[in-house]
Amino acid sequence: MTHVQHLKPFLRKTPFHAPMEALMHGNGWIRWMGYYSPAFFDSVSGEYFATRTGCTLYDVSPLIKYSIRGADAAKFMNFLVTRDITKVKPMQAAYTAWCDDDGKMIEEGTIFRLGENDFILNAALHQLHWLHESAYGFDVTIEEISERLCGLALQGPTSRDLLKVMGVGGIETLPHFGIMETTLDGHWMRIDRAGFTGDLGYELWVKPESAHWLWDTLMRLGDPYKIAPIGSQALDMVRIEAGFILVDADYIGAMHAIRPTQRESPIEAGIGWAVGLKKDAYFVGKRALQQEKAKVTSRHILMGIEVEGRKPANGAFLYADKAAKQEIGLTTSGMWSPILKKSIAFARVPPAYAKPGTEIWTEIWYPKEKKIERLMARCTVTSRMFFDPPRKKA
Amino acid sequence: MYDTAIIGAGHNGLVTATYLAKAGQKVIVVEASDRIGGAAVTREFAPGFKVSGVAHILHALHPRVVADLGLRLDRTPIGTSVLLPEGKSIDITADAAATAASIGKVSPADAEAWPRVTARLNKIATALGSFLSRTPPSPAISANDFQTKLALGMFALQLRMLGKKDMLELTRILTMNVADLANDHFESDAIKGLLSLDATLGVYLGPRSPNTVFNLLYRLSSYGKHGMGGLFLPKGGMGAVAKALEDAARRAGVEIRTSAPVDHILLEKEIATGLVLKGGEEIRASNIASSADPQTTLLKLVQPGNLDTEFMKRIRHLRMNGCVAKVHLALDGLPDAWKSRNGRLVVAPKTDYVERAFDCAKYGRVADKPALEIVIPSLTDASLAPPGKHVASILFQYAPYKLRETPPDEARRQVLERTIDTLDVLAPGLRTRVIGSEALTPQDLERDYGLAGGQWHQGEVTLDQMFFLRPAGQYQQYRMPIPGLWLCGAGAHPGGNVSGAAGMNAAREILKATKARKVAA
Amino acid sequence: MAESYDVIVIGGGHNGLVTAAYLAKGGEKDGKNKLKVLVLERYKKVGGAAMSEEIYPGFTYSTCSYVCSLLRPEIFRFLDLPRHGLQVIPYEINSSPNPDGEGIVTYKDHDRTRESLRRHSIKDAEAYDHYAAEISRQCRFIKPLLMMTPPDPTQLNPFAQNRINPWGKREDLDGLLKIAAEFGRMGEKEMYEIIRFWTMSIGDFLDEYFENPRWKGFSAASSIIGTALGPYSPGTAYVLLHHYMGEVDGQIGAWGFARGGMGSVSKAIASAAEEAGAEIRVNAEVAKVIVKGGRAVGVALSSGEEIYAKAVVSNLDPKRTYLKLIEKSDLDAIDPDIHGYAKNFKIRGSSGKLNIALDGLPQFAGCPKESAWGTIDIGGDFDYIEHAFDDYKYGSWSKRPFLDIVIPTTVDPTMAPPGKHFMSVFVQYVPYKLAESEWTPQMKAAFEKDVLDTIEMNAPGFRNLILHCQTRTPWDIENEVGLTEGNIFQGELTLDQLLFNRPFPGLGQYRGPFDGFYMCGSGTHPGGGVMGAPGANAAREMLKDFKHGVVK
Repeated sequence: MTHVQHLKPFLRKTPFHAPMEALMHGNGWIRWMGYYSPAFFDSVSGEYFATRTGCTLYDVSPLIKYSIRGADAAKFMNFLVTRDITKVKPMQAAYTAWCDDDGKMIEEGTIFRLGENDFILNAALHQLHWLHESAYGFDVTIEEISERLCGLALQGPTSRDLLKVMGVGGIETLPHFGIMETTLDGHWMRIDRAGFTGDLGYELWVKPESAHWLWDTLMRLGDPYKIAPIGSQALDMVRIEAGFILVDADYIGAMHAIRPTQRESPIEAGIGWAVGLKKDAYFVGKRALQQEKAKVTSRHILMGIEVEGRKPANGAFLYADKAAKQEIGLTTSGMWSPILKKSIAFARVPPAYAKPGTEIWTEIWYPKEKKIERLMARCTVTSRMFFDPPRKKA
Repeated sequence: MYDTAIIGAGHNGLVTATYLAKAGQKVIVVEASDRIGGAAVTREFAPGFKVSGVAHILHALHPRVVADLGLRLDRTPIGTSVLLPEGKSIDITADAAATAASIGKVSPADAEAWPRVTARLNKIATALGSFLSRTPPSPAISANDFQTKLALGMFALQLRMLGKKDMLELTRILTMNVADLANDHFESDAIKGLLSLDATLGVYLGPRSPNTVFNLLYRLSSYGKHGMGGLFLPKGGMGAVAKALEDAARRAGVEIRTSAPVDHILLEKEIATGLVLKGGEEIRASNIASSADPQTTLLKLVQPGNLDTEFMKRIRHLRMNGCVAKVHLALDGLPDAWKSRNGRLVVAPKTDYVERAFDCAKYGRVADKPALEIVIPSLTDASLAPPGKHVASILFQYAPYKLRETPPDEARRQVLERTIDTLDVLAPGLRTRVIGSEALTPQDLERDYGLAGGQWHQGEVTLDQMFFLRPAGQYQQYRMPIPGLWLCGAGAHPGGNVSGAAGMNAAREILKATKARKVAA
Repeated sequence: MAESYDVIVIGGGHNGLVTAAYLAKGGEKDGKNKLKVLVLERYKKVGGAAMSEEIYPGFTYSTCSYVCSLLRPEIFRFLDLPRHGLQVIPYEINSSPNPDGEGIVTYKDHDRTRESLRRHSIKDAEAYDHYAAEISRQCRFIKPLLMMTPPDPTQLNPFAQNRINPWGKREDLDGLLKIAAEFGRMGEKEMYEIIRFWTMSIGDFLDEYFENPRWKGFSAASSIIGTALGPYSPGTAYVLLHHYMGEVDGQIGAWGFARGGMGSVSKAIASAAEEAGAEIRVNAEVAKVIVKGGRAVGVALSSGEEIYAKAVVSNLDPKRTYLKLIEKSDLDAIDPDIHGYAKNFKIRGSSGKLNIALDGLPQFAGCPKESAWGTIDIGGDFDYIEHAFDDYKYGSWSKRPFLDIVIPTTVDPTMAPPGKHFMSVFVQYVPYKLAESEWTPQMKAAFEKDVLDTIEMNAPGFRNLILHCQTRTPWDIENEVGLTEGNIFQGELTLDQLLFNRPFPGLGQYRGPFDGFYMCGSGTHPGGGVMGAPGANAAREMLKDFKHGVVK
């Protein structure tokens, strides 16, 4: 393909690109939704441990952000997503799923309620078409505002102390999933206490022109707090420990599924708790989800498993028995957890097996001295929240 | 508390109401306007001159509806005449020999082909027509109940009984365009023009658009045993049909309220439980059946936030671009050429004529040279006009609902002017005879009859909006996503014309569900 | 009679050659049932519409078809075409110039396309993901249908036997069940989408996703290429699939370019056929199919020579085959309807072709320089296409035509002298017959001028680069290539002429009305394009008949 080289690069750079590039060893860039995004800076395990012991920065700017405002914004959001939005107060964030007509998950993401009728929705896939389609009849304005905000996830046990030193007043009292806005050195900043690591942590959103100030300030003040930038590989490890599902890894978004059977309901994807079947208003897919719940038609439920031994079990078949006679499912994400010293994985198991403590088996193939060895490992079904320190919510 | 509340006293609403009442239900019909019958109406448009307000020929009323409801209709059978220049015409009537002779004057080959081709088309259309009175199944065979499976099996058998050749012919012509079909079998422009109009009347397609043969078959299906068996002018106009249906409904004990516009459908715990009228009054019922079109029902009467997104998208994108205008002329006498023209008159001299008329509509303009369907009902029914005077009722194809640059008033003027210009050539002197007139564009029809998009059939009757895709996949069985809400108008299978089949089928499904509910309870 | 063959293939187009190669190889890898095959080609070389010729010194022209993606990977593998010299390179870019502003540019890379679309409409860029997924879902269902013989829906009785299939028509039921199963796997919801998609217009479909008129016009292009339909004609959504279901290296919808021009496709298949033992004779025009006692027994060449074989298979289009090669009396003896089917078969020329030698690379308005490396569609919004279509409907070429342009020399510089280029211009819509007269040299010149003017408008300075221009109307294509009315698909791709109805009702399984007579061209299922599937499917059916002794 001789002519490809002539095509100009089209990937965009986030406002944090230059300071990140300065710290990068080798080329750790990957593509994320049309942006350069770091997969790693130096050592993945170093970045992982930094997140669990100090605090780390991850550039979340490529997340797609939609602003939803207007007289019916609250009503519309309540119709769009599975969570009960009436229970989310202004300046609170909430994690939620949204579904198609059949109650199959299009994606999950975070909603930020900034005012009575002022919301921001963060998504990893493009949703504008769906939002517009769903908004018919509602008095709302939906805008894609990705380029207007850029953000860093500051996560880890020392993250709060760092923000305190930085001079963010009131950070001690910001509750889990709370949102606050502040101005420091003339820079507007929105802080929410959420993240993808399952630990104490915050997301810091600023205008693009404040990006370098934010990065430099955090890195300058953060040294005593063991601050480090991380890439998506380390993030993937901590999010598995925290039990967070990831689109395209643990489920396929309904709009991207080629076969309808590839779609999954939020109940099947293991976030049934985020489905407000009891909420007062109708939401897209509610009738289908009510049916699924009432008739127990979930094909599987995404649970956690702890795998005996040390081999990671991602993409492995699951069996009811050691003899591997009855296949019951498949693992999605899986890893050896360096903190927990356990092999952990997300497992799609039939509802009957989705009770913590259930014993199942997995078939792991692993390389050993130029051969591929087969191992049947005993697994225990658990909650997906493998790592859940009290400080997360404290 | 009613068993069923029905929105709209159009013919389908009345049919559903009557069937349900006859089965013992307590039924109320609420109608927004002050008259009963919806688009089946006779109205006085000039002092002493009365005419069927929208549809003007009766052919599709389902025989089972007529029998079950005990309808008595005084009607006159009519033929079709293709108007040719210089007062000539091709006259197609029930009399095969006369028809052949008439066509033979233009083309002997076509005279020979006509009975053969129409017989084959009619045979195929009749086989398809057996599904007019059935509930469309799901293409996922296992998703159907026994009754629907049986119906589907019978239907498949019916198609197979056509014989191998005709069945294959059906699969071939179903998606064809009518221009090709006409060219395959006929040589004269007049016959081709007639077929072109018959296959496109009421749809936003031209004769060269694929799938138009399906429309022709759809029309023909009502000419046989699944309809009235031909074309008829009802005595007293379409309003008389509405009156007969109203009487049947009242006999069965249906309560009818006019001037009672519905504001929205009442939902409680996401179940339809009643109607809220514009004044705020609530009418409660276990079932709500709407004979309004799907867009009005689901986008307006159901408040936002109660229906799923993809379903709403499907409903919003229903093709409802009405393209037929209606023209009424009050005549103080008939031009000589029309003195004995008591049938259906067609102005569609050739395929390209209709196609060019469609081209105008394609770009959002009123057709420069319209294709017309005309009846002069006062020739067979003197009650419609003062003595010695006449009315002409004319369908004007194509006047699009979605106009690009033409203002609506200008479009209305163009419709009237172009109609008279066209007719004055074929029947010289007509212009001077006109003493009163009105033109109703699709916009006017939307306003006067609540037909969204001015679409006569509550959504185009085309292959992609037909059968189990009407109004949308998964909801073809009259049951809407909201429990307790049903669709019983032409927006549901089998679609348009004054047929009552949709109303009849919907009533059957409502009764089936009621019975199942009782059994479960 | 000097020499007898098992099979005579009439016409050395790509499908005829595929059939010949399959038959000569015996259809099975181990070479069982190898047949003795003779291909008879009228022209001085094989290839039919997949042809490369040096029309202007130093330039290789792909004279008719110009892109390649539809060629099935199964055929590639079975005939080992890469070893016979075929190399297909995917295009990376597809663009539509805009003289009044920014053009539309799409890429093989999905993300890049989305970024490019954002410049026109954020809404459309965001909807693009959902649209692309829906198209993939539609392709998913249709792909398995390509390489199968369309089952006859009237044959549901598994025990029924007939003359042609004496071992019973079990296959039709199986085939129907296979389709039903494939359909069933889509789930009820997708079933409705599929049925709707097959019967709707591309205009309506695109309206549900996009707002930018030029982008919609551009996206509709694949739906009208080679048809006599406009974007709002129902059934055009399916044609889009027909163009999308091709693949290069598993990438659905990708278009590729054959190294050395389209002729190298034919050359590779011919080489595979000859290696397997098939004999190819050029300059051998078949005048008649010889039918004796209800059996096709051979052919008569226009030279008068008669060649006999156990079976005859025609790669020509159905009209040519049934109206020119076969005596009406022979047909009527079997079934009087067939002649009528052939007469009424819709095969409308709607496209012309300009082959141009260029002194340098043109720059297209509103597009990056690299757009010349891919396909360039000159068009506009739906109105542009509808107006173009209107001209055609009433018997004239489009005054402002829709053009699909490729410059293969940007990928394969060996096809022209260094720095010079060959440009292939596909012109939609051009009628086979003009309303007023036949095609005259004056008319052709006027047509050529309209096309060149349209290109000049979209690529200022283009005219000065022209070294040579070859213009072909549908009339020329019919006379030079032998495609009736110059229709590139050997018959309109409308639903009434697809599946078991292609070419005619009751003859949809590659078998003709006579024993020993078959069809293998694009006029049979699954239709046109340089796909080879009809040829491979026909060979499979023929081998079955040989195996079961229907053909002796």
